[in-house]
Amino acid sequence: MFYRETGVFKTTYARDMELFPIPLDKIGFTVGLVLAFLIIPLFASHYLLVGIFIPFLVFSLAALGLNILTGFAGQLSLGHAGFMAVGAYATVIMYNRYDVPLPVALLGAGVITSAVGSIFGLPSLRIKGFYLAVSTLAAQLIIEWVITHVKWISGGVYSTVDIKALEFMGWKIDTAAEKYYVALVIVVIMAVFAKNLVRSRIGRAWMSIRDMDVASEIIGISQFRYKVLAFAVSSFYAGVAGGLVVAVYYGSANIEEFHLMLSFEILGMVIIGGMGSVLGSFLGAGFITLLPIFIDLSISSITHNVVDLSKVFTPDLLANAKNMIFGAFIIFFLAVEPLGLARLWHTIKDYLRLWPFPY
Amino acid sequence: MSDTVLFAVELTVSGLLVGLMYSLVALGFVLIYKASGIFNFAQGDMTFFAALGMAAFGALIPMWVGIILMVGAMVVLAVAIERIVLKPLVARPPLVLFMATIGIAFFLQGLAQGIWGTQPRGLSLGVTDHTYEIGGMFVSSLDIVGAVVAGVLVVVLVWFFQKTKTGRALRAVSDDHEAALSVGIPLRKAWGITWAIAGIVAIVAGALWGTRVGVQASLALLALKALPVLIVGGIDSIPGAIIGGLIIGAAENLAEGLIGPAVGGGIKNFFPYLLALIVLGVRPYGLFGREIIERV
Amino acid sequence: MPDGIQRPLLSVRDAYVTFGSLQALIGVSVDVREGEILAIIGPNGAGKTTLINVISGVYHPSPGQVFFEGKDRTRLHPDRVADLGIARTFQNVALFKGMTTLDNLMVGRHLQMKSGLFASGCYWGWGQKEEIKHREAVEDIIDFLEIEAIRKTPAGMLPYGMQKRVELGRALAAEPKLLLLDEPMAGMNLEEKEDMARFILDANEERGLTICLIEHDMGVVMDISDRLVVLEYGTKIAEGTPEEIRTNPDVIRAYLGAHGKKVKEAL
Repeated sequence: MFYRETGVFKTTYARDMELFPIPLDKIGFTVGLVLAFLIIPLFASHYLLVGIFIPFLVFSLAALGLNILTGFAGQLSLGHAGFMAVGAYATVIMYNRYDVPLPVALLGAGVITSAVGSIFGLPSLRIKGFYLAVSTLAAQLIIEWVITHVKWISGGVYSTVDIKALEFMGWKIDTAAEKYYVALVIVVIMAVFAKNLVRSRIGRAWMSIRDMDVASEIIGISQFRYKVLAFAVSSFYAGVAGGLVVAVYYGSANIEEFHLMLSFEILGMVIIGGMGSVLGSFLGAGFITLLPIFIDLSISSITHNVVDLSKVFTPDLLANAKNMIFGAFIIFFLAVEPLGLARLWHTIKDYLRLWPFPY
Repeated sequence: MSDTVLFAVELTVSGLLVGLMYSLVALGFVLIYKASGIFNFAQGDMTFFAALGMAAFGALIPMWVGIILMVGAMVVLAVAIERIVLKPLVARPPLVLFMATIGIAFFLQGLAQGIWGTQPRGLSLGVTDHTYEIGGMFVSSLDIVGAVVAGVLVVVLVWFFQKTKTGRALRAVSDDHEAALSVGIPLRKAWGITWAIAGIVAIVAGALWGTRVGVQASLALLALKALPVLIVGGIDSIPGAIIGGLIIGAAENLAEGLIGPAVGGGIKNFFPYLLALIVLGVRPYGLFGREIIERV
Repeated sequence: MPDGIQRPLLSVRDAYVTFGSLQALIGVSVDVREGEILAIIGPNGAGKTTLINVISGVYHPSPGQVFFEGKDRTRLHPDRVADLGIARTFQNVALFKGMTTLDNLMVGRHLQMKSGLFASGCYWGWGQKEEIKHREAVEDIIDFLEIEAIRKTPAGMLPYGMQKRVELGRALAAEPKLLLLDEPMAGMNLEEKEDMARFILDANEERGLTICLIEHDMGVVMDISDRLVVLEYGTKIAEGTPEEIRTNPDVIRAYLGAHGKKVKEAL
């Protein structure tokens, strides 16, 4: 009854192509922004900010980058964490050693990662599909090795590089809320940019490559140029996300933060959240970020209130439940709802459009 | 000069022996790809699951009982995968199936460690480890056993695919699902059989590897070593898996031994991939792979 | 109807295309004159789609040459060929199933649009103006093809006949000089075929498009084509006006084996 499309007529193309054509969507988004910018930082606990909201933002950005490459342009990448690592170390080197202002360091990290990503995208001239995925895996492994073995970058195999105290133009960024704001502003700006991009000429070119690359080429879209562009943009996002991991999440750079498993986790976020959906990247990141917490909470609450599960579920099983559930969900979403949580969200919205009428 | 040459030869030989083990894992991949067109990323975790299971059993029951139990487990696993993962995803593009196998990989790893714990375990096959000296080089008896087993397995599998009715039917399935169905080959049964066979290959590979290096979580990462093997050898070629494994094993060992010390080591981690990239640059479908021709 | 004294818009000279041991095209030469509707007909397996693929740049004849507007374009990649002003549809509808009708048509505008990375990402401003300008062009085609109702429907959910129409729209959106249609009416019922024929004729007459089409429905082909080219087993066996082809004994013989009386009557 409330979620209505009737009475909403678009009289210009500009209105029809708006980000949120339905007024209720606009209101919802505004409410979300108010929540994000005002309510959360003022009322959320330190634990919530540091343990949930900041990683949620940072990994949403990473997932968004991977979604651009895999979900929109159709190029499977298994090395996304490697690119994040490039951004992380680039940020920390620029900020710590060369006193580059924080926003410039993050931007620069994005650019550098974009260049690296483009290089690893070059093989897409000749190789496709599974073979290209393998070359992205090569990127992950080679980047890991270079970072750990080039002393100038990391200081050695097992070392951690702490980032200097964060500040920008005199503003000291040392509380969790302040770090949250930094991440929030950057993520919102980049998300809007991404949303515009995927609805544009470039986004359509990418999707045409994903859906039917032979036809796409015949229509006039240079496969090579747009695939490399997808790598470049995707890596830019990964680089900034990696920089944020160091700056506002962990506070330090260590190659262990960007291991291969993370690449798969981010891929899982994209699959579960919804491939080819900006919203899906956020939903997937949220899902994966909350999953371990949810498992812990439900098992301990069931144990306390219903039946002592620790007899049935050994500690080993509990510890590994996350992996099992993660794998199961990937399969579930691929089989049942390939467009992920985002599609589920739209289905709910569609249902609400008619509610309370049956059809 | 002669010392370096001897060193290089030693590196090559031990590399070849390791490479044969890579081939075993790669073989599992090739089998499933040949029979269902699916690239099974979970092969490494299947190997880990098998090895960990046998190591855990080995402490309680005779090894041969453990192996039989594990074969049974693999068959059950194959049926479960076919029913829960493959059937719903039957008409989907290969990349989607690949991603589904990533899901299976995570699930299996969690399951294996959930049941049997995360402590590294030793595995004993009843083969004592002697070191033989041949022509100035050292070769371990385990390696030799491994090589022999691998060789036998390859011969058996090649014979199976070329000469038996079931094997030929499976090859037909991989080429064209619809055509195979129309000739009366029960697709799902074929897939179940293939995955079970791949599971058995995983048991063999897991047993040999586990004996060699012990069973720990990094065993699951064998899948990562197998990928360059498949690229070099071609993803649908059984002999290619062997040759690819040998090449990768020898090359990575040589690179690590000769170049490694100069750059701080760790070359083994990425060198196979570098090699694979170079091969792809020259032959985008691998050395022995078949080109996929798309109809417009 | 043009009289073909000026140089042809497109010219395929002596094209040979071989796949392994299969000779798909054997020394085929075809001219397409500006402003005409040329039909390529022939039994199945004659090499018609191969010929279209040669013109599109998907296959490169060896030996053989392709000239467009007088210049040698044989070695061009398909995306460069599109840039010349050649658009096409496909035998098995090649719509981008994950995108709406509108988006599919807008992809057709790709080469006409100039929005780069920042214009697209920052949208508000110049990017938006470009998008609106080309949306207007696409709406013109939506109007022409009468597909307003399915604008926002994902292409994968459209009925077959509509998909073919949208594909035509996507090709038209490119504002091509030459339009290649590969069996645009396959699988359609009578009414859909009449609509399609009308669109093709309108595109040719009102928009001045040169059209080259492959089609099996003889009635339609004879009705709308200016000239025909007949292929059989990779060679050209006849060329001429509908009248000439209708009475050509080689053509009748080529079809008689497969279709018999029915074809003769259609001719």
